[in-house]
Amino acid sequence: MAQSLDRLRESPSQTAGPYVHIGLTPNFCGIGGVYPSDLGATMVNDKTKGERIGLRIRVLDGTGTPLKDALIEIWQADADGLYNSPAELRGAADPNFFGWGRCPTDMDTGLCTFETVKPGRVPFNDGRLMAPHITLWIVARGINLGLHTRLYFSDEEKANAGDAILARIEHRVRVPTLIAERKGDTYIFDVHLQGEKETVFFDS
Amino acid sequence: MPAESGSTRPETGAFFRRDRTWHPPALTPNYKTSMLRSPQKAPLVFDNTLSEIAGPVFGHAILGELDADLIHNFARPGESALGERIIVHGRVLDERGVGVPGALLEFWQANAGGRYRHKKDGYLAPLDPNFGGCGRALTTEDGGYAFRTVKPGPYPWPNGPNDWRPSHIHFSVFGHGFAQRLITQMYFEGDPLIWQCPIARGIPDKAAVETLIAALDMQATIPFDARAYKFDIVLRGRRASLFENRLEGN
Repeated sequence: MAQSLDRLRESPSQTAGPYVHIGLTPNFCGIGGVYPSDLGATMVNDKTKGERIGLRIRVLDGTGTPLKDALIEIWQADADGLYNSPAELRGAADPNFFGWGRCPTDMDTGLCTFETVKPGRVPFNDGRLMAPHITLWIVARGINLGLHTRLYFSDEEKANAGDAILARIEHRVRVPTLIAERKGDTYIFDVHLQGEKETVFFDS
Repeated sequence: MPAESGSTRPETGAFFRRDRTWHPPALTPNYKTSMLRSPQKAPLVFDNTLSEIAGPVFGHAILGELDADLIHNFARPGESALGERIIVHGRVLDERGVGVPGALLEFWQANAGGRYRHKKDGYLAPLDPNFGGCGRALTTEDGGYAFRTVKPGPYPWPNGPNDWRPSHIHFSVFGHGFAQRLITQMYFEGDPLIWQCPIARGIPDKAAVETLIAALDMQATIPFDARAYKFDIVLRGRRASLFENRLEGN
C-alpha cells in the first residue's frame, strides 16, 4: 500500500541525516555550480536598518560535544519588530532584510555564525510586546523532528522579565537556557540537546 | 509568493496543534544517533504567536533553469546522470486539503548506486561525475510540483551490523508560516527495506510511514523516457482567524 490520498494528516518528519548539506547548503559541501550561492547565507546588506550583531551558536549533545553536522535556521523580525512575511499585517518590513538565515555548523568546530540585526519587539497575541527574540530551528542526523526554540538577549533584562513566553517556563532555573550572552557585538548561545542544561524546546 | 496574494487577504490564523504521536519520537533507540541528541524534558507548549505564524516566502528569482532537473543540473554539457530516470511529482497540501502555493521544496539524494556526493560518505559505490544530488522547486498555484532525477540506490550505514537505508529522497519544505517548517523523506512503493529501516520505523504508526511512500504513477510516465512517482506532502493546517480576538493594529 502507498500513500493514502484522502487522509490529511501532517507528513511525518524524518531526520535531515548526515548529508543535509547537499540539499540545503550545496556550495558549503563542495557541490558548486548548481546554485549561485547557498540560500540564507547572507542576511544583511549595506542598506539594512538596525544594529549589526553577530550570533555564535553551538549545538551540544548529551556528552557536551558540539554537533558538527547540524544545520540551524533562524527567523526574526526586522529592527522595527516587523516580519518580512505576508502574515505581517502591521506594516511593511525593511525591504533590505529578509529575516531568515541558514547556517551549517562548522565541520571542525561545530560553530555556527550569523551576521544579522537585532530584532525589534513583536506583540504577543494579547497585544503586549514580547522581548526581542530570534526563532531557531535545528536539524541534524539523530534529530527526528526539527527542534524549535528561541534566542533572547542578555542585555534585554527588563523586556525578558515581562516576556509572555519566557513567563510560561515552569522551572525558572531553565529560563537562562534561552538567553544569549552578549560579548561586544556578538551574542554567544549554546543549545544543549540533553542534560542538566537542556535547552527549553517548544511545541507550538 | 503566489501571484494573486496581493488581491486576497493573507491568512494569519494559528496552525493546528502538531500531533507529536504521528511523528517519530525524539528518542528512537534503534536509531543510535538519536540516543544523545534527543531532548528528554517536556517541550514548552503554547499557541502560535506571530513569530511562528509568519514565515519567509521565496520568489522565483532564486530558481535556475535546471534546479528541478537533477539529471542535468550537475552534468557536463551534453551528458546526464546514470540511473533509472524518474519524474517525482505531487502536491503540497495543508491538513485542510488546501494546496499550498509558493512553497519552497528542496530535495537531496544519493546517486543510483547509493552514494552521496559528500566527504562524510565513504561507501564503496562510485560517485557519478554527472550527478550532484540536489534540486529545488516552488509549488504552483494549486500546490503542485515536479522534478526529474534518477532513482537513488539503497546503501548500508553504520548503525546496526547490517542496516540498509531504503531508496529515499530527502525533502525540505517551507509553507507560509515558520511553524509549518518540515523535513522528511520520500520512499518508493514496493521497497521491502522500508520495513527494516530503523529511521522509517521510528515512526510509531504504520499508516504514517505509508504516507511517506510515493506511488508508482504510470499515468504520469513519459513513454520511452522516465517512470513517474507521485508524492504528496501535507503541512500543518491553519485555523481561520475570522472570529479570533487577535489584535492586529499594534
